[in-house]
Amino acid sequence: MQENKYVKYTLIGISVVFLTLMLIIPLLVVIVEALSKGFAVYFKAILDPFALKAMNLTLIATVVAVVCNTVFGLCAAWLLTKYSFKGKNILSSLIDLPFAISPVIAGLVFVMTFGRISYLNDFLTANNLKIVFATPGIILATIFVTFPFVTRELIPLMHAQGKDEEEAATMMGASGFTIFRKVTLPNIKWGLIYGVVLCTARAMGEFGAVSVVSGHIRGKTNTLPLHIEILYNEYNFTAAFAVASILVIFAILILIVRNIVEWKNEKEA
Amino acid sequence: MAKVTRVIPGFRFTMGFTLFYLTLIVLIPLASLILKGGGIGFGKFLQTVLDPRVLHSYLVSFGCAFFAAIINSIFGIILAWVLVRYEFSCKKIIDGLIDLPFALPTAVAGIALTSLYSENGWIGRFFYAIGIESSFSLVGITIALIFIGIPFVTRNIQPILKDLDTQYEEASMMLGANRWTTFRRVIFPEILPSLLTGFGLAFARGVGEYGSVVFIAGNTPMKTEIAPLMIMSKLEQYDYYGATAIALVLLILSFLILFSINLIQWRMSRLKGI
Repeated sequence: MQENKYVKYTLIGISVVFLTLMLIIPLLVVIVEALSKGFAVYFKAILDPFALKAMNLTLIATVVAVVCNTVFGLCAAWLLTKYSFKGKNILSSLIDLPFAISPVIAGLVFVMTFGRISYLNDFLTANNLKIVFATPGIILATIFVTFPFVTRELIPLMHAQGKDEEEAATMMGASGFTIFRKVTLPNIKWGLIYGVVLCTARAMGEFGAVSVVSGHIRGKTNTLPLHIEILYNEYNFTAAFAVASILVIFAILILIVRNIVEWKNEKEA
Repeated sequence: MAKVTRVIPGFRFTMGFTLFYLTLIVLIPLASLILKGGGIGFGKFLQTVLDPRVLHSYLVSFGCAFFAAIINSIFGIILAWVLVRYEFSCKKIIDGLIDLPFALPTAVAGIALTSLYSENGWIGRFFYAIGIESSFSLVGITIALIFIGIPFVTRNIQPILKDLDTQYEEASMMLGANRWTTFRRVIFPEILPSLLTGFGLAFARGVGEYGSVVFIAGNTPMKTEIAPLMIMSKLEQYDYYGATAIALVLLILSFLILFSINLIQWRMSRLKGI
């Protein structure tokens, strides 16, 4: 069906202008501001000891959160697509719950569970365990906000593939783990990679939840996004954008991986 | 009840692990929020959440998120339409870019947008020239919420539009309807359920959003304070109960939105069934 040329180019024009204003220019401004005082200032900002410490903490929290949520995501997706049982819908909604919760509230729940007024406070102080305003709290908050990512990517995929192949493998005597490794995993690998990538993106950039549980101790409980906030609030804009540019590079890499995954999926389908 | 036999092994293990992890990470923390929040007492609870400053912050969060979700719905339909129906150069790049708000950390988006839309910013200077304060204002908050909500509507409509059979459109055209009527009467009803899902997700995300908004909002009391910020500032004063009370109201309102959207969708699918 042939569309009116004017309509077509107007709509394409609107889309391009909208995305340029809302997405491309914000990316550019980060890079331009970061380099506005030259490379020397740029490298000084990203190689600052506090920035490196923040990078380190972000890396730890991201790796732990992604590994935990990937194992969970595979388990939950397998459970929800290979079996039928009562309460499946409720379980599925509960897994999606963290999506509907504000990041600030996600941080707050851990303050209320492990913080000063929690039921566990006496036990934690008696054993000299620190969770809130320390690394464990940051990791927990990161796990919470990225909780459903892997599962959400896998469920539609595994649903569409059905369970015939797994059933056949069972009949031939394969164990659960072998079936997973040899039958399921090759089928879902691209979806899994994309889920992991999305989870990584969110974990690395989480701000609200981590901000609540971190306590903002420089060099100790600051992640990269929190470090950016501090620099920005100190009117040290160039340094803030310099550190932000690292995260922008990661974001672009993530988009590239996403597109490769989609392309592979289309090729296989 | 008949015993269900499950062919594929691993049911007990996956069920056990899923429930254990869900309880540990999500259910226990949420329960302690609710239980501890209850400790505040009803009178104090009402006093906290009915404080004019808090009420105003709910209004700002919900109002701006609603408005941003409406704008994203309009552009989302256009974007999905352009990406599914038209062929043009750099279409792949545009398609790939749409997920950027998912990939870019909210704090980075926040400082980038603030710099762009402030009075001397690349885009802000045009807004200020025509008298619109595009930063440290409700407009600024809405801009940030539009940014983070872009992918939801587009990504929900795209697959539906792709699978839509064009023969209904052709039939509608044959019967003499023009393109706009065809869109309104034939295509729009088909994409409406997924549009609502996308709208609901963008709205809910916007209501809770913190990182991208705090920088551009300016955070003036009774003007541009958002609800998550009120939780944050209560926490900074070590008023844990106050923070929890505000959080509980925000949680309930967000769930109500998602629930009512599900309800509308359910009603619509039932109407369609008849």
